[in-house]
Amino acid sequence: MFNRLIYILPLTVFLIMAVYFAIGLTKDPKILPSALIDKPIPEFVLPPIEGGPGKGFSSADLRGKGVSVVNVFASWCVPCRIEHPQITRLAQLKVATLYGLNYKDKPENALKWLAELGDPYAAHGADPRGRVGIDFGVYGIPETFIIDNNGIIRYKYVGPIDAARLEKVILPIIKKFSK
Amino acid sequence: MRIGIIALAVALGLTGMTTAPAWAVNPDEVLSDPVLEARAREISKGLRCLVCQNQSIDDSDADLAKDLRIIVRERLVAGDSDAQVVNFAVARYGDFVLLKPPFKVATLALWLGPLAIAAAGLMAVVMFFRRRRSVGASAQTSSAAIAPKSLSDEENRRIEEILKDTSA
Repeated sequence: MFNRLIYILPLTVFLIMAVYFAIGLTKDPKILPSALIDKPIPEFVLPPIEGGPGKGFSSADLRGKGVSVVNVFASWCVPCRIEHPQITRLAQLKVATLYGLNYKDKPENALKWLAELGDPYAAHGADPRGRVGIDFGVYGIPETFIIDNNGIIRYKYVGPIDAARLEKVILPIIKKFSK
Repeated sequence: MRIGIIALAVALGLTGMTTAPAWAVNPDEVLSDPVLEARAREISKGLRCLVCQNQSIDDSDADLAKDLRIIVRERLVAGDSDAQVVNFAVARYGDFVLLKPPFKVATLALWLGPLAIAAAGLMAVVMFFRRRRSVGASAQTSSAAIAPKSLSDEENRRIEEILKDTSA
């Protein structure tokens, strides 16, 4: 009996590997797990976008004031434009304080972008060299971080947020950490 | 002769141009200290460019790769060890940023899997030959048991008859 079974062993091994590879193929390799989930936010001070009315923001603003959302955006980023209505909606729902991290942008372009599409952010800061972005592990914008009251990063999404993701993922996570 | 030399020089110059690798590291990034620069190159080769993913930051022209190359050099100049520089990148981007995955519990299967499969294959081969040899040996020792029985009297008699017929 055992002698017979050994002949189907290669087939079994193949099938197990095939299942793993099939699952692997459904995953988007461009989306990386964040190394910063459940870790404290990096320390930073972002100046306002040059020439704008903003006041910038810093890591201190993200602690002790309820759940915050940091949205990394730039005027040159096409998907940022696509997700802008959802970001605006998130701001209107007033479930979290929304911050905008203006990543590697020209100040005049960023201000024009905000004037044209509307400024949903409670505060925004400029990161022209992308250093704060790197401290946040940013590699492809738009990126959105949900940070709890203690300044711990709880969730990160890379890519434009659509209505479904806002409803089914972002809002529930904000709610979960608002308690 | 002189034209020949010029032509040769031009030809060499051209081949030099076409074979010169397209360095992603820009001249303005290079450190003046050659020892630090060599360490920076070595570290950069092991760090993945997160935008292009299958290139190292040393190879990539992406903006983020350039930023990380500059950060690697800044930290080396500030006196960081190689490990500290690598940890800086891992803290922000995770193990994925390392082109060579680290050896730890989560990657045991990755590192030891091929070895385990090779060992299993080797064992299978060894078992195959052992069994074949033991089957051959047992065939020899048991040859008496399966040897043909000697002919019966009846059969002997018939053989004699046949032989007689043919000789006649």
